[in-house]
Amino acid sequence: MSRYFTKDHEWIDVDGDTGTVGITDYAQHQLGDITFVELPEAGKGVKKGDAVSVVDSVKAASDVYTPVTGEVSESNAALEDQPELVNTDAEAEGWLFKVKLTETGELDALMDREAYDNYVGTL
Amino acid sequence: MRYLPLTETDRAEMLAAVGAGAIDDLFVDVPKDLLLGEPIEGLPLHASEMAVERHMSRLAGQNLSAGEAPFFIGAGAYRHHVPATVDHLIQRGEFLTAYTPYQPEIAQGTLQVLFEFQTQVARLFGTDIANASMYDGSTACWEAVQMADRITRRDRVVLSGGLHPHYVSTIRTMARFTRDEIDSRVPVLDAEPDDAALIEAISDETGSVVVQYPDILGRVPDLAAISDAAHAKGALLIVVVTEPVALGLIEAPGKLGADIVVGEGQSLGVGLSFGGPYLGLFGCREKFVRQMPGRVCGETVDADGKRGFVLTLSTREQHIRREKATSNICTNSGLCALAFSIHMTLLGGGGLARLARLNHARARKLVDRLERIEGVSCLNHAYFNEVTIILPQDARETVRVLADRGVLAGVSLGRLYPDANELHRGLLVTATETVSDEDIETFASALEGVLA
Amino acid sequence: MTAHNPSGWRPAMGEPGEAASVPTRSGDRALMLEEALSFEIGSPEKCGVDLDDANVEPIAGLGRFLREGAPDLPGLTEPETVRHYTRLSRQNYAIDLGPFPLGSCTMKHNPRLNEKIARLPGFADVHPLQPQQTVRGAYEVIAQLADWLMTLTGMASVAMSPKAGAHGELCGLLCIRAAHDANGEQRSVVLVPESAHGTNPATAAFAGYEVEDIAATPEGRVDLEALKARLGPDIAGVMITNPNTCGLFERDMRAICEAVHAAGGYVYCDGANFNAIVGKVRPGDLGIDAMHINLHKTFSTPHGGGGPGSGPVVLSEALAPFAPLPFVMRDAGGAPYLVEEEDGATDHPHSFGRMAAFNGQMGMFTRALAYMLSHGADGLRQVAEDAVLNANYVLRRCEDVLQAPYAGSGPCMHEALFGEAGLAEGFSTLDIAKGLIDEGFHPMTVYFPLVVKGAMLVEPTETESRVGLDRFIESLRSVAERARNGDDSLKSAPHFAPRRRLDETQAARKPVLVWKGEPGPSGQGAPSELGGQ
Repeated sequence: MSRYFTKDHEWIDVDGDTGTVGITDYAQHQLGDITFVELPEAGKGVKKGDAVSVVDSVKAASDVYTPVTGEVSESNAALEDQPELVNTDAEAEGWLFKVKLTETGELDALMDREAYDNYVGTL
Repeated sequence: MRYLPLTETDRAEMLAAVGAGAIDDLFVDVPKDLLLGEPIEGLPLHASEMAVERHMSRLAGQNLSAGEAPFFIGAGAYRHHVPATVDHLIQRGEFLTAYTPYQPEIAQGTLQVLFEFQTQVARLFGTDIANASMYDGSTACWEAVQMADRITRRDRVVLSGGLHPHYVSTIRTMARFTRDEIDSRVPVLDAEPDDAALIEAISDETGSVVVQYPDILGRVPDLAAISDAAHAKGALLIVVVTEPVALGLIEAPGKLGADIVVGEGQSLGVGLSFGGPYLGLFGCREKFVRQMPGRVCGETVDADGKRGFVLTLSTREQHIRREKATSNICTNSGLCALAFSIHMTLLGGGGLARLARLNHARARKLVDRLERIEGVSCLNHAYFNEVTIILPQDARETVRVLADRGVLAGVSLGRLYPDANELHRGLLVTATETVSDEDIETFASALEGVLA
Repeated sequence: MTAHNPSGWRPAMGEPGEAASVPTRSGDRALMLEEALSFEIGSPEKCGVDLDDANVEPIAGLGRFLREGAPDLPGLTEPETVRHYTRLSRQNYAIDLGPFPLGSCTMKHNPRLNEKIARLPGFADVHPLQPQQTVRGAYEVIAQLADWLMTLTGMASVAMSPKAGAHGELCGLLCIRAAHDANGEQRSVVLVPESAHGTNPATAAFAGYEVEDIAATPEGRVDLEALKARLGPDIAGVMITNPNTCGLFERDMRAICEAVHAAGGYVYCDGANFNAIVGKVRPGDLGIDAMHINLHKTFSTPHGGGGPGSGPVVLSEALAPFAPLPFVMRDAGGAPYLVEEEDGATDHPHSFGRMAAFNGQMGMFTRALAYMLSHGADGLRQVAEDAVLNANYVLRRCEDVLQAPYAGSGPCMHEALFGEAGLAEGFSTLDIAKGLIDEGFHPMTVYFPLVVKGAMLVEPTETESRVGLDRFIESLRSVAERARNGDDSLKSAPHFAPRRRLDETQAARKPVLVWKGEPGPSGQGAPSELGGQ
């Protein structure tokens, strides 16, 4: 399994043809206390770069863009009651949704951990 | 000038302090040729309090106020007695001259009032939750339609023929721009509302069904049946209440299956005021909370663990979500919500129920008397405090003549539906607790005179 | 001596500074009074209104609709009601208590004459659907107010019915859209600067437009060249606030209007800040097509804790035909009347329709007209001058302790904009706002406009006296210096307000929007949870 990152601070773990998407720890730290996560419905077709989820903090609402094209297969039901998981464990328990990839080539344009960390260092 | 505290000395010293030689140095960014050198022509100069009061009182005197005449007008705005306590309390400066409670530590008064108001509205409507108010009933109704669009992802709207024509117009106007498809109808002069035709119009593509309760002709639709039909097709039922006092007597819409209930709250505490400011009431199911428009107040705790209240869920709103907001609404009707809430607190549930019965009793008395006039009949099988009377002639002219004789007799359907000739003998009359036996007799006698 | 003190009374002052830690049983602290919810102290049997009994049974047809029992709403008697709301009122700050310098909100004195006028039965107790011959005075009020608004703005026409500023924005954009429709033009984009009120983009979206940003210059104004470059056949119009939300007059406004018109678009001006220029310059002379006027800002109708507002929209010749119903006109003899649906087809045939039931915010019209008559053309001009002078005074007296990002580009208009740069590590605008609360002032607008990090927008208005302004400035400077020096006590401010900082995260995560407790017997509130130390 490998993990990729975007400049918009999403991460994606790819296992076979399924990608699990979340926002990075850096991003959750920037947003502050997460109060609500609007999640996509399973079965929804999505294109790379679409805003498919919204993460709310008290005074901000941030779109989350899917890093890959495909179909949403699941979203993280635990966030309905515990949006704070995105704060406490952004890059594991706080995942947002899973996408069944149709264009695996899209991953090539994403960053690995080291590249992302370097990128964040420039912000 | 009595409202301006700076003296000429202050002004001179302050100009010097900011490094300006003259006041217009501060207006340096305004194009020179457009900067006005003196007071705008064509307008009067300042006036004393006494002079202004005289001018305005003269204008007020050109109106016939409701209290000066037997008064039977309703159609979406109702004259009720407002206890003196209400107006006294809303004029406390801490309520009257406060802003939207953006700094909750020093706005707990307004916030707790809003929390109580939301609870009152939700209980009155039988909904899970309510917001902190909208502009008025008609705009709340349009916002409800938009909210249903978002929830159902459908944009077809079915409007009952019993929905207030101004509300229908408001929805139609807005729908021209949002491209919602509106299916509306003109009411039919029948003793019962046309629930069957409404149910017939609901399809798998219908996002919402909008029903007024009691309806514009004073009839009472069967909400449970309409709700079942709407839900069977995946549509939401929006119920509109223009006379909330009715809910002291008839069942709450939320208990009958309504998904969103909106209303005009003017009846309680607010007064007629020629049409505004009024008070939009908005309640809905809890699961729709994040699609709800408008401000909401929520309970929380402060740093010491004390209960307190804040404006919350603001990520739905325009100041954060901007073009993706659930509505562009910013200002609500805070002071009117306070007036409503105080009046409701004075009444309590028991008082509201008694007030409702009293209204209904006055209306029964009015109907009984009017029906004794030859050629005059009552349309409705059921009504609350408002009812449609059928006259033997065009009601518009009748209303004008009665007004000349000092009676404010009601609203002719011709005024509300100028294009529907078949309705023109219809007259909407309302009797609230403010109507006396003498008023009824004066009205009836005058009408007999007109019809004779 | 006799050492005679028969009552035993002697003065005893106590030690200074010990008050904060002393508990009270009630949770109240002298004049700082806690108040339970009406639901906790009321009861369904109580009623503060004496009502006659209705000795009539409901009509038979209503039988199946009747509710079982009364609504579940506790009541209070009149004295309890008066106390409940009076006690609550004392937990509010208000313009009646002191400066309320919320930038772009315009909290100015609300003259009580206006309250008296609005309550005259001839205005307050008149139904919107009374026969026209019984409401001539109401039409006259609307028409006179319309005349004032058109004259002050130099515009051709005015739509009086919008209920508030954002409703007025919608009215203006719908006029623009109707005008393009009438010309058979399909234009899909409205340009809005990033510094705009959130209502601007929300309104444009509500009216069916895509929203795009307009670039700003480093000195906080619209970038005219960038704007010109973006104009084209897809641009329906632009929405510009002038004076803008950075407190600056848009110097290029005339050129902006000319460029937009040349490209076939219309200019909507957000009039939220009209109070800075009323009587000094007419927006119509700058070339705008539509502008709403917040009667509750510029013309002093009370904000009432969040409304009601009123947002008439002045319109250019080009947009006037599309104004919504009801529309005020004067007949051949000069008598005003309202065009409604009944005669809309003949008297105002191109109207885009009705935006709300009835005739607009009459209760605000009467107050605003009384305010205008009181000030007159000369007084309103002085209002703008004093508001601008007061703001510049705040700006110049605080720019050495607070970052003032645009102070170098010249005078401000009616509001002074500061940022949070320069505060100690870990200190922010929020701490300054909360520190001002302890100083006895309502804070300024914070975190708006978005173009300045940690924005603080101070609008003193013309209502503040020199003495009051100096007191406010001294407090603001003191709090700013504490934030620059990293005074930790600021982080936990406010200390002296009815509540300390509230947990907004909890409120948003698990919203509690209605009271869910059971109605308890009278008096059983929850004082132990509510108050105490």
